[in-house]
Amino acid sequence: MTQTPTKQLTAASWPASTRFLKIPGSRHTLRVNLRSLTVTVTLAVLALAVGFWSLTIGDSTLNFSDVLAALRGQADDGIYRVVVHWRLSRITLALLGGAALALSGALFQTLTNNPLGSPDIIGFNTGAYTGALIGMLVFQTSHTGSVLGAMLGGLFTAAMIYLLALRKGLTGFRLIVIGIGISALLGSINTYLLLTAKLESAVSAAIWGAGSINTATWADVLTVAVVLLVCLPFLARLSGDISMLPFGDDVAISRGVQVDRLRRWMILLAVALTAGVVSVAGPIAFIALVAPQIAVRMTKTGTIPLPASAMLGALLLVTSDLISRTIVAPTQLPVGTVTVVVGGCYLVWLLINQSRKNRA
Amino acid sequence: MNSIVNQLSTQGLHAGYDKRTILDNVSLEIPPGSFTVIVGANASGKSTLLRSMARLLPAQSGRVLLDGADISSMRTKELARRIGLLPQSAVAPESITVIDLVSRGRHPHQGIFRQWTQTDEAAVQQALADTRLTALATSAVDQLSGGQRQRVWIAMVLAQDTPLMLLDEPTTFLDLAHQIEVLELCTTLNKTGHTLVAVLHDLNQAARYGTHLVAIKDGTILAQGPPAETVTAELIEATFGVRSRIVEDPESGTPLIIPLAHGAVQG
Repeated sequence: MTQTPTKQLTAASWPASTRFLKIPGSRHTLRVNLRSLTVTVTLAVLALAVGFWSLTIGDSTLNFSDVLAALRGQADDGIYRVVVHWRLSRITLALLGGAALALSGALFQTLTNNPLGSPDIIGFNTGAYTGALIGMLVFQTSHTGSVLGAMLGGLFTAAMIYLLALRKGLTGFRLIVIGIGISALLGSINTYLLLTAKLESAVSAAIWGAGSINTATWADVLTVAVVLLVCLPFLARLSGDISMLPFGDDVAISRGVQVDRLRRWMILLAVALTAGVVSVAGPIAFIALVAPQIAVRMTKTGTIPLPASAMLGALLLVTSDLISRTIVAPTQLPVGTVTVVVGGCYLVWLLINQSRKNRA
Repeated sequence: MNSIVNQLSTQGLHAGYDKRTILDNVSLEIPPGSFTVIVGANASGKSTLLRSMARLLPAQSGRVLLDGADISSMRTKELARRIGLLPQSAVAPESITVIDLVSRGRHPHQGIFRQWTQTDEAAVQQALADTRLTALATSAVDQLSGGQRQRVWIAMVLAQDTPLMLLDEPTTFLDLAHQIEVLELCTTLNKTGHTLVAVLHDLNQAARYGTHLVAIKDGTILAQGPPAETVTAELIEATFGVRSRIVEDPESGTPLIIPLAHGAVQG
């Protein structure tokens, strides 16, 4: 300290939601935002509750004790198969996938400093779809083929957008505009592929294209879980630096953040998180766009909160899944059709809100 | 030359944006312990110089040295513990509180788990007190007046508690009383051991508060030294294209620049 307090100061107070937690066995304290913490925990509990409730609902309606017994492995074979093999796998995929998509959206939005900077807007999902279509239609490959195709298509698109946007320095707006352009280009390729394909393959490809977890297997769950497990430590490590980005590059750099390197890491993590989900479930729209924006309004932190976004993403997708498989039962809609409605409602609300703000 | 005196200097520095070079072979020494003020006309390269010295802008050629070491090879966090910068146009995220924004100044001092130490808290409290923001600590920054907002950003740089502070037009958006308040605060900081480098628009304020003056035109340094020795009518005309008379400021004894009637030199 080169500054020495000259007189006793009346201490400035922190907002009521800021709490200091003593770290046991250390003289340091941890600064936490009580509001963020409450919101995050509440969303997590809600997501798990909806998930559990969802286990009981379907063709055969079960009660909670059946489900609990099945989870403990004490139910008869029929119930066990329904709960663990059919429902638990897709619900787990909805929870993990929702969280992964929301994290990816939060990263892209912070990176571009723009609420529209989300993987589904900047063409990443369209690219993954192109890859999967080529895998499915052109090479007539199995499920693994489309997963691989989606992964490669997504990564290739991300690399292309990145390189094109990088040429004059990586600014958020460039990334979005170039992404939208590439998205339109790939969209027309996708339509062409679908139109020229055989009807059967085109129908299954179209269902995949809407984003569906109806046929989720434990292998799919594992894919997303592994991606999340790999990405989370990096996110935790970078979260401090990430929270400096909304203040602008100059402020962040002169507070010791290596902005360019941080951006590259964020893109890599965001792409991996969406690629993991898209490759097994198709391009589920709007979760990545909506969850971070609602989370930031709930926590009132001003900067997009990663944990709360993830929990909200999980809640949104698990709820959308429940709706998609019950609303016109016994037909199961692709979950993407429900998330599109969620996204539509969000955009309408955003428009109304914005015009009200402009009038005020 | 390797001891820590926080001597900032540039050697044959060329810098600019894209392929356009704005700074043309600038060699400059910021005297440690000084309150250096950079003056010059619009687009003369003042901000470019400040941004280069804070490594926001990479040198096209030449070097920026801190205690003899090239800053381009220093670790970003290490540099941020020694040089603090107030950028010209900083935007606060929506609904962020004053104390939260000011506490971001502690970022370079914090480890991976972002513990909040007594030192962090003390630095933030001191910065808020010095900028008279203590009572506004929990207000949202976007609800404040332009002047108050500028003080919040200055407080963030103060909380960073670096021996060197670079301020890009710290008095913009402020009314006269707040301008003087900020400049007096700079003088106080300077006297308590900080080296300050500020870009200022008002020449008379520069001459009164600065202990070292750098005049820049078209990316080259025209003069540098204590204001009393450097400010001449010739320098003012060369730097700003304005004919003037220099008198002694009756209040502070520093040079006072009085532009002549119709003194703008047509160029």
